[in-house]
Amino acid sequence: MASDILTSSARTDAQISGLDALEIAGRDKEVSRGARIWAATWPKLAALTIAILAWQLVVWSDWKPPYSLPGPLVVGRELVAQAQGPQLWEGLLTTLRRAAVGYVFSVTVGLLLGLAVARSTALRAAIGSMITALQTMPSIAWFPLAILLFELSEKAIFFVVVLGAAPSIANGVISGVDYVPPLLLRAGRNLGARGLDLYRYVIAPAALPAIVAGLKQGWAFSWRSLMAGELIVVGISQTSLGAQLTYSRELSDSPWLLSTMIVILVLGLVVDAAFGAADTAIRCRWGVLDQAGQ
Amino acid sequence: MTSTTTTPQSATTAVALSGVTKVYGRGANAVLALDGMSLNVAPGEFVCLVGASGCGKSTLLNLVAGLDRPSGGQIGLAGGANPGLMFQEPALFPWLTVEANVEVPLKLRGLPRAERRERVAELLRTVHLGDFGRKRPHELSGGMRQRVALARTLALDTPVLLMDEPFGALDAMTRDILHDELERIWSERKLSVLFVTHNVREAARLADRIILLSSRPGRIIYSAEVDIPRPRRIDSPEVAAIAAEVTERLRTEVGRHGQ
Repeated sequence: MASDILTSSARTDAQISGLDALEIAGRDKEVSRGARIWAATWPKLAALTIAILAWQLVVWSDWKPPYSLPGPLVVGRELVAQAQGPQLWEGLLTTLRRAAVGYVFSVTVGLLLGLAVARSTALRAAIGSMITALQTMPSIAWFPLAILLFELSEKAIFFVVVLGAAPSIANGVISGVDYVPPLLLRAGRNLGARGLDLYRYVIAPAALPAIVAGLKQGWAFSWRSLMAGELIVVGISQTSLGAQLTYSRELSDSPWLLSTMIVILVLGLVVDAAFGAADTAIRCRWGVLDQAGQ
Repeated sequence: MTSTTTTPQSATTAVALSGVTKVYGRGANAVLALDGMSLNVAPGEFVCLVGASGCGKSTLLNLVAGLDRPSGGQIGLAGGANPGLMFQEPALFPWLTVEANVEVPLKLRGLPRAERRERVAELLRTVHLGDFGRKRPHELSGGMRQRVALARTLALDTPVLLMDEPFGALDAMTRDILHDELERIWSERKLSVLFVTHNVREAARLADRIILLSSRPGRIIYSAEVDIPRPRRIDSPEVAAIAAEVTERLRTEVGRHGQ
């Protein structure tokens, strides 16, 4: 009997490794790093070229006088000039500092609020739908109230940025926790994860994709609110990107205006790309991109 | 452990159920899922629960695993053990590697890192996945994932294994191999197994004892010792004969609901 089991297990070993080899054969596909980067870059470059070309064509068509719509070359030169002076960098720094402070605070509030609502049914009934309602409120509609409350100050901007971003982040957390597969919860509990451990080992990582989506949306809202705020709440001693937009319009300095807009656009794109990279990394780990990405 | 969980009086019982009842819902909508189920699993015994839909198989395993409370009756586990539970899906954590999945129960028990690493390697070798520790679950086949799940459950160091149709989603060839694997691990580790399946042949292949459950509510209607010597083959005439007998009784039970 013992020898029977021995031979049978030798047979099984060979079968198992054979079957495993067949099952995962051909799943690994390697594409060189350079080729991947090129494949991701050239469509963007092409789109950029077409956009600049279209802009130049509009300028050439004399649709608007050059002092209100300058060409790409003029704006490019202005951008270079701005980059050499202190004003752009000071404005950039102020705007980024406001964005960072506002966003970090929104993330803290959003995560705590989302977690609280996801955990407590009473809280969910009370404010769950209110969070969604807040999310639909255009942030610029908060400014009159914010200015009445805090006058034309940084506080008013901060208030609106947080109100714009926190609900999105909270909603991300709530939907993430809600959609944790019950099977994983049962498995986690059976493996000995209860209470906080269940959050640490199962719920938080399982909810991560939805939380990242919420963080990304929260960033978009806070960035927009910040720009709106800086446009409206000018006259604070510090210069900022939004304030520079307002000044350049008042001075009818359209190359300056457009070059500031380009800086804002690029900043937005960079942050968006960072969130995109985080999202892709998560989906890769989870295997969501596995076959579909090819 | 729940208040209704006690240590069985006799040392010869790994799992003891007496008069376990489970009712879902209340009032007019109440559904009786399990009706006075009494069952003892001896240490080292392999018990297969067979039944058609609605026999409360999964409910029963959830109750024994402590994931749900019985409405009545007692559930006892030898030494108050926390039984390991396996599902039809591997239920692996997709954000962790194979190694890290197996490591979770060890971390939760607070084992030191060096010991964890050693145990993980040993467990992965046990399920013939020693070379796949760095992979992620989605890179493996269904059968391999289920073996990772088995290794993760074994990491609980529990003498009692509860399995809820664990091979139901696999192809016949893979299932056949996993039967051999499970049988080997069960006998090496002297586990007590409560194995739920609707596949009668699988039950006859694996079980020391087959228990047939009725549907709605779940009750034990038939119990048979399987004394075919091991190792068994799923296509052997002895296994087929036992399977035929159980199937016949299962048909009668299902037919009862059609009237």
